[in-house]
Amino acid sequence: MEYLSIVFQETYKILFLLIPVLVSVAMIVWLDRRVWAFVQKRRGPNVVGPFGLLQSLADALKYIFKEIIIPASSNKVIFILAPIITMTLALTAWAVIPFSESKVLANINVGILYIFAVSSLGVYGIIMGGWASNSKYPFLGAIRSAAQMVSYEVSIGIIIINVLLCVGSLNLNDIVIAQENMWFIFPLFPMFVIFFISALAETNRPPFDLPEAEAELVAGYQTEYSGMMYAMFWLGEYANILLMCALGSILFLGGWLSPIDLYPFNLIPGFIWLIFKILFLFMLFALVKAIVPRYRYDQLMRLGWKIFLPLSLTYVVLTASFLFYFNLLPTI
Amino acid sequence: MIAHAIFFYIFSIIAVISAIMVTVSKNTVHSVFFLILDFISISCLFIMIGAEFLGMIMLIVYVGAVAVLFLFVVMMLNVAQQKNQWFISKESSGHIPVGLVISVIIFFELIIVIGGWKYKPDLLNSTNLFIEKGVSNTHSLGQVLYTDYIHVFQISGMILLIAMIGAIVLTFRQREGVKKQSYLKQISRERAEGVEVLEVASNRGVKIDD
Repeated sequence: MEYLSIVFQETYKILFLLIPVLVSVAMIVWLDRRVWAFVQKRRGPNVVGPFGLLQSLADALKYIFKEIIIPASSNKVIFILAPIITMTLALTAWAVIPFSESKVLANINVGILYIFAVSSLGVYGIIMGGWASNSKYPFLGAIRSAAQMVSYEVSIGIIIINVLLCVGSLNLNDIVIAQENMWFIFPLFPMFVIFFISALAETNRPPFDLPEAEAELVAGYQTEYSGMMYAMFWLGEYANILLMCALGSILFLGGWLSPIDLYPFNLIPGFIWLIFKILFLFMLFALVKAIVPRYRYDQLMRLGWKIFLPLSLTYVVLTASFLFYFNLLPTI
Repeated sequence: MIAHAIFFYIFSIIAVISAIMVTVSKNTVHSVFFLILDFISISCLFIMIGAEFLGMIMLIVYVGAVAVLFLFVVMMLNVAQQKNQWFISKESSGHIPVGLVISVIIFFELIIVIGGWKYKPDLLNSTNLFIEKGVSNTHSLGQVLYTDYIHVFQISGMILLIAMIGAIVLTFRQREGVKKQSYLKQISRERAEGVEVLEVASNRGVKIDD
């Protein structure tokens, strides 16, 4: 009986986390389109609801009532599994994001590794979708995306090592608390820039959206998908983008800490600061989408392997030497 | 405790079944997917015995990187064609003895390991490793990995590096007539090099591309 009550409690907590995440994903899609439109001097979605806020809900309704078409020559089980995996993984990672010192679903010791592992699993949804469609464009898109995500994960991993050197713990809450005196964006600013660009590539956002480059590959791995399955790919993608923004704000922008540790700002609860930081990073994502043209594929690979990887490795050596020389290494 | 046992059996049954399916399934891509499922359930087992660092590294390295490359290669091969030739043609028959030798070696290694465990059940307690109680997995690993075992660690890194360089050397071939771009050249290009202003006489035109 006690066990059951624990299960119910946890389920309640999970719902309390997932429903806001899903709603904010819908809102963020609207924000993305709106920013994109404003940069190009258009209006964007502004018809459904006030300022077009309900546009995403209307789109979701449309997707739900559309027919799901499964190609005859596709591998049906994997074809259906792919969007489910994408969305599940994108939502699973949110379990360890701390919204304040106590508001975290699972405060595990290896939180940062967990997020890294789950985001590296995200590539399987795309590969499975591309392969199971049994068609050329999705397959090419899937292969591109897999190569791209694996390449940029390496530099993200090394950037995380930089932060971990300054913290001395893999726990996300410890990482936030370590930034009480100074956010890591100041000493590690070059790493923040590289993290931001790698996060763009990791989530297949423009200017690195080669997996779905519409001019060459129709819609990449999503070409054969329709209806709710397409929408699930979409939701998963945006949930991943939000996750990367959350990770960036935890690693570099002090997570739920308030920027100024003074009286009126102290009263604002931590999760509001975190949401503001996530929104700030997302605005950068949206602006980059609107103003930067798409990279060519070899340029993308060159940027990942020949520039970001050596740069971040050098910075690891620099950070470690600096911390060691000035005796600043964190005590465990 | 019961919940622990239930989860252990769920994960281990999934691990065993997917390991069998890796070898049994006819589609090669499916067997790679089963391999991934196997890796994931094994990392769950790692986490259940308290080795959360190993479990996560297993997910990151094997599932996030190695298995992706496996999938890459397997998807590119035209497996349906190759399957028929595999046992019929005489060129490929050299693989079978090698595979047999490797599997026999692995079999005996497993017997030694499991036999050792049976022979000396307190094997874990007899090690010289000093592991503090109440210290998290990652910390205790870090305390011994870069101090007591630094040489073993470095040597295994060197072996991996040599393997990587060897793979590159074996597969690298210099191709003739490949057009390359120099980014430095493209960026440092001046207007004067690319554009020339000519006085064109009427009715006579100008000769270009000479």
